[in-house]
Amino acid sequence: MKQSNVEVNVHHITRVEGHGNIYVNIENGKVEKCEWNIPEAPRFFEAMVVGRSWSELHHITSRICGICSIGHSLASLKATESALGIPISEQDLKLRKLALHAENLQSHILHLGFLVLPDLLGVGSVIPLATTNLNEVKMVLQLHRTANEMSNLICGRTTHPQRLIPGGFSKIPSMKELTLLRKKLQDSIPNLQAVAELFSSLAGKLPNFKRETEYIALSDPSEYAFYDGKLASSDTGSAPVKEYLSFTNEYIVPHSTAKWAKHVRESYMVGALARLNINYKRLSPMAQKTAEKFNLLPMNYNPFMNNIAQLVEVVHSVEDSIRLINELEAAGLQTQPDYNKPDIKVKAGTGVGAVEVPRGILFHDYTYNEKGICTKANCIIPTNQNHGNIQQDMNALVPQIAEKTQKEIELALEMLVRAYDPCISCSTHVTKIK
Amino acid sequence: MKPKVAFFDFAGCEGDQLQVANLEENLLDLLGQVEVVSFREVMKEHSDNYDIAFVEGSCTRLQDEDRLKQIRKNAKLVVAIGSCAAIGGINSLKNYKDLDQVKKTVYGEHAALFDSYSARPIDAIIPVDAYVYGCPIDREDFLQVVKSLLLGKKPETPTYPVCVECKKNENVCAFERGQFCVGPVTRAGCNSCCVNEGTICWGCRGLIDNPNENSQKEVLIKNGLTVDDAIGKFRLYFGWQEAKR
Ligand code: SF4
Ligand code: SF4
Ligand code: SF4
Repeated sequence: MKQSNVEVNVHHITRVEGHGNIYVNIENGKVEKCEWNIPEAPRFFEAMVVGRSWSELHHITSRICGICSIGHSLASLKATESALGIPISEQDLKLRKLALHAENLQSHILHLGFLVLPDLLGVGSVIPLATTNLNEVKMVLQLHRTANEMSNLICGRTTHPQRLIPGGFSKIPSMKELTLLRKKLQDSIPNLQAVAELFSSLAGKLPNFKRETEYIALSDPSEYAFYDGKLASSDTGSAPVKEYLSFTNEYIVPHSTAKWAKHVRESYMVGALARLNINYKRLSPMAQKTAEKFNLLPMNYNPFMNNIAQLVEVVHSVEDSIRLINELEAAGLQTQPDYNKPDIKVKAGTGVGAVEVPRGILFHDYTYNEKGICTKANCIIPTNQNHGNIQQDMNALVPQIAEKTQKEIELALEMLVRAYDPCISCSTHVTKIK
Repeated sequence: MKPKVAFFDFAGCEGDQLQVANLEENLLDLLGQVEVVSFREVMKEHSDNYDIAFVEGSCTRLQDEDRLKQIRKNAKLVVAIGSCAAIGGINSLKNYKDLDQVKKTVYGEHAALFDSYSARPIDAIIPVDAYVYGCPIDREDFLQVVKSLLLGKKPETPTYPVCVECKKNENVCAFERGQFCVGPVTRAGCNSCCVNEGTICWGCRGLIDNPNENSQKEVLIKNGLTVDDAIGKFRLYFGWQEAKR
């Protein structure tokens, strides 16, 4: 069936975090317009934190995004700690890595189970699945609950953590609680394998599309990097994090309240697929097996496979969390005072903090005066870095599917955007421009 | 017939809607009692035929007002969920600043492209029937409010400050630890959770009604503070409320 005129107009795409629109116009089989735009209300965090104290910035910037609130808190704390020269202990470092795994699990499971699975099963939301696929839904809920309990235990709350503070933690879990958590994580493995089976039976529904692009992620020789590492590009190799501005090069696009970014090509991609492409060798054994099952090996250039890369990372986060708890146990968990508040000497300084959050690399960059008051802030969010790549993918994908029906084109484009798991409300808390 | 409910979001972080998704098994129960007809974050379907509208996020620009008014027209009950919607919340931090400057800081010479005014709760635009406070909302609190609404009752919210809960929990007061805390003027209902976790109350649930009467005087006096000091010294969430006082 040959169709020459098609219009796709998705106003406020559903099952993504925040507001985005897709607009495509095909006339006489020729793509006249193909646009990804962001109308989300901007919230101006970089301006709001100016004038606030070093002791509050992590609390404020956590509110940039509910789903990545642990990641924002940690990037913020790392920037503050680097600017003020605040050290953290080996034990706190491990606990923070657990906190990031908890968020990665929460976010990936929510995305795969609630937002992606409905597309693969041909329904509009997870709600009807509660009747037709109750077992699968219950498995997803169980995994999600474990992830939430883990965030609660490490951070004090599932969203907008309370225990993460400059220099460490205000309160830490006991070894007994950590042991219980380890048991829950171990017990969730069969469920996880069942969910992997489910996705493997549906993976054929993911479009087989390829477009070469650049991938950027943190990378570290000792582990699959989430909390720390060097800045690594699949095109240009690695660089210290403090050179991030030469990678991100943000620019403004008319009618988009979010900023876009590019490095050596038109666009680049961050997130699970970028991490997997760059750091595959350092995935946990079970995670590598899962990746092999889906034939997801570096370099993979199919953005739809970002979903599967997330699944692989879920396995990694579970396995690596068990390893971290084992290490904490072996070292003997040190207790700390109640209402812990590390003694911090305030000084003027600038610091950059980068962490890998579920959707990709996140940067916070602060300058403080000698009183510890923030005078300048810059936050670069993963989804901003992906907007340009989403647009480039659309430009490449639409001509390939231009002969399909309007409905099929719309679904393919929605699935493409969802594969990036965009966090749009996050991405409109844009940065300072020179 | 099950009441139809819908979720909407304005300027916020979607952390409150996330708490709804985080209800886990309770979510399945809730789905037995209401029919969700619109929830952009999790479903493709959308309908304008709903009884209860849950609204997250603040109103921060003129163009949002029409959407809010339409929601009010469609719904029998409008519930503000989370501090951004209920009191202006963290967004109102920018209200203390010169707006043009704020826009320039973020968008530079392109500032004029982006319209924005001081952040406000949704009841600055439309009447609101019930509030779920918090940043983010507490899941139990949310369920209680929904339950009351389904029974046709007005949900109850505490009119006393966080200190009351904090004392019940036998916390060591932040002031005794050499820290500042806005618990004495902040609306309770969170079980003083942040202090329980080892930090301070940041004021996320907003000012209590009539802070002059209802604040925890004892704590304030002991620390040589007035109500105005307590409110003015730590303005994270009070921007809109403070301007209205
Ligand atoms: S009240 Fe807090 S959790 Fe809710 S939208 Fe606003 S910032 Fe997010
Ligand atoms: S001032 Fe803060 S720490 Fe002290 S009792 Fe009140 S809420 Fe608790
Ligand atoms: S203790 Fe204060 S900041 Fe924490 S949840 Fe309660 S009202 Fe909000």
